[in-house]
Amino acid sequence: MQKSLGNIRRSFAPWADATQSPVIEFDRVTKRFGEFKAVDDLSLGIYRREFHALLGPSGCGKSTLLRMLGGFEEPSQGDVRLDGQSLIGIPPHRRPVNMMFQSYALFPHMDVAGNIAFGLKQDGMAKSERDDRVAEMLKLVKLDGFAARKPQQLSGGQQQRVALARSLAKRPKVLLLDEPLGALDKKLREETQFELMDLQQEMGLTFLIVTHDQEEAMTMADRISVMDQGRIVQVATPEIIYEAPATRYVADFIGSVNILAGTIESSAGGTTRIATTSGVTIEAETAGDLATGSEAFFAIRPEKMRLSRQMPADVTINALHGEIWDIAYLGDMTLFNVRLESGDIVRAATLNSVRGASEQIGYDEAVWLTFAPDSGIVLAG
Amino acid sequence: MAVEPLIPADAPPQPARDKLRSRGARLYRSLVVGVPFVWLLVFFLAPFLIVFKISLSQIALAQPPYVPSFSLENLSTFWNNLQQFTVDNYVWLTSDPLYINSYLSSLQIAGIATAITLLIGYPLAYGIARAPGGLRPVLILLTILPFWTSFLIRVYAWIGILKTDGLLNQFLMWLGVISDPLVIMNTNVAVYIGIVYSYLPFMVLPIYASLERMDYRLIEAANDLGCPPVKAFWTITFPLSRPGVLAGIMLVFIPAVGEFVIPDLLGGSRTLMIGRTLWNEFFSNRDWPVSSAVAILLLIVLVLPIVWFQRAQAKTTGNG
Repeated sequence: MQKSLGNIRRSFAPWADATQSPVIEFDRVTKRFGEFKAVDDLSLGIYRREFHALLGPSGCGKSTLLRMLGGFEEPSQGDVRLDGQSLIGIPPHRRPVNMMFQSYALFPHMDVAGNIAFGLKQDGMAKSERDDRVAEMLKLVKLDGFAARKPQQLSGGQQQRVALARSLAKRPKVLLLDEPLGALDKKLREETQFELMDLQQEMGLTFLIVTHDQEEAMTMADRISVMDQGRIVQVATPEIIYEAPATRYVADFIGSVNILAGTIESSAGGTTRIATTSGVTIEAETAGDLATGSEAFFAIRPEKMRLSRQMPADVTINALHGEIWDIAYLGDMTLFNVRLESGDIVRAATLNSVRGASEQIGYDEAVWLTFAPDSGIVLAG
Repeated sequence: MAVEPLIPADAPPQPARDKLRSRGARLYRSLVVGVPFVWLLVFFLAPFLIVFKISLSQIALAQPPYVPSFSLENLSTFWNNLQQFTVDNYVWLTSDPLYINSYLSSLQIAGIATAITLLIGYPLAYGIARAPGGLRPVLILLTILPFWTSFLIRVYAWIGILKTDGLLNQFLMWLGVISDPLVIMNTNVAVYIGIVYSYLPFMVLPIYASLERMDYRLIEAANDLGCPPVKAFWTITFPLSRPGVLAGIMLVFIPAVGEFVIPDLLGGSRTLMIGRTLWNEFFSNRDWPVSSAVAILLLIVLVLPIVWFQRAQAKTTGNG
């Protein structure tokens, strides 16, 4: 997963700057539907020009959060602020945010131009100015010449662009995107992800996107909020979410991960030894020292494991022995499921950087999995 | 290891089976179209042609009360009989203002009643469509519940409500709103009440169907783009429910024009409707040919709004 804008983006970190204040603030927001708490005492700040992703499984409250910003739901408790102004009690049509709906919600009885101009018309913009803006928007989403089409005459990808153009036409302070790419096929989705990123950079807008697709969130967002049962589990950049997940839930939700459970044998000087239930003792680097005897989980990504037929000579610790159980060839990489002697399955990934490697490891071969102490992370719960 | 597909992708198509399938499909298709076609032919077109034939006949003191009458026994008189056909009945309809006035009055009464039905039916349908999911079937059931009772009995019941010492007047006088009873019975107002009451479900159901199908997100999207709720109703909801509204208008207006029972039971002597005129011609005057002509002309008058409706419908679906 490359990030073409990596360098520009890395320098963008207003959340680390104490002089900056967020443009959107959720301040201890709770939303109840009857007995059910969709959002539970949640606080979150999103900064100007940030591309922020709310990531989580369906029913985790991410859409509710978005809808509270759009004005379609009111929080049961807490405050939602935009530019320091509370939004409580302000109806959707008076909020300076616009939403792109998952179903696109294009007006079927209006043509493309009519859909895009709809919001501008509500503001009483003059016809000539409106026409200019519509033309500009159509150009932006590369749909020039489609102005007179009806939404039903467009493909899914084109409809998605019209919905985007419509929600951007009013130049909102914040654009809310509710699973905007869910209905597109994989290839188109990937293309559109980069287009959305470029658009956001170009227009200098704040984007808040809701998605259940971790890859989508990783690709586009400056920061990701991983949500579970109405709470935010971790807010961080994609790199941190991936490499240093705060909990097992986050580690498990983003990408694939091997989690080895065990108890802490010793922990001193930033080096922690864990006796895993797989019967192997693991050494890992930790920021602080952990209580001996307590339960811990060692999480390691498949690509951080080295796979070899022989035990490498330089390795003295962190070596798992097992046999190849399953092989999945994905083109760019190959995944190996290795069955350890304890019966646990561990996944390793190798990058296929050489064409047609003849030395491929095959089914049922006995292999060693080795890894450095700093390649995984120790999680408490 | 790839699994060998059961049918290779490049295998030639199987012509024999395809042909068989298409023949079966064609038979099935003609059967599907054919059954309602035959039904309409036997139960709609044939009676229509008989009525049309009678409308071209002449009144006679006979059984049946018109000439010529055809029979299979003496086919020799067929040509002779054919020459007895006349358009006199239609000419007669234009010469007597009673008929034209009946038509116009029918259209007016049906038009006003349809407008009132729409004004009551639309909010009802809207309310049902926006009701919680579990409640909707119950409300729909309540809408069509009156159909469980005979139409005639329900119209009769209105006499008891609307008459001078009826329930409505008693209630209003008890409330003290009026001191003298209102004269509603045997007026056009009673006919309006009867039509609106009887045909309301036919207005509510199609509008409900079109509103219920509508994605509520569209309203949210309109609000989101700065459109206040009332305006969103007129710019989004109403235009999208137009097919339902048109269907409702047709379903109420067309039968209301030819309505006989309601004006006969609730209307007064001055309530002029074509259904009553037709009834009088048929049963009081025993003039089958003229009443047939009245019926044929009524059909033509009603075909026009249907054509208009079809065209409006085609326009919305064509665009959409």
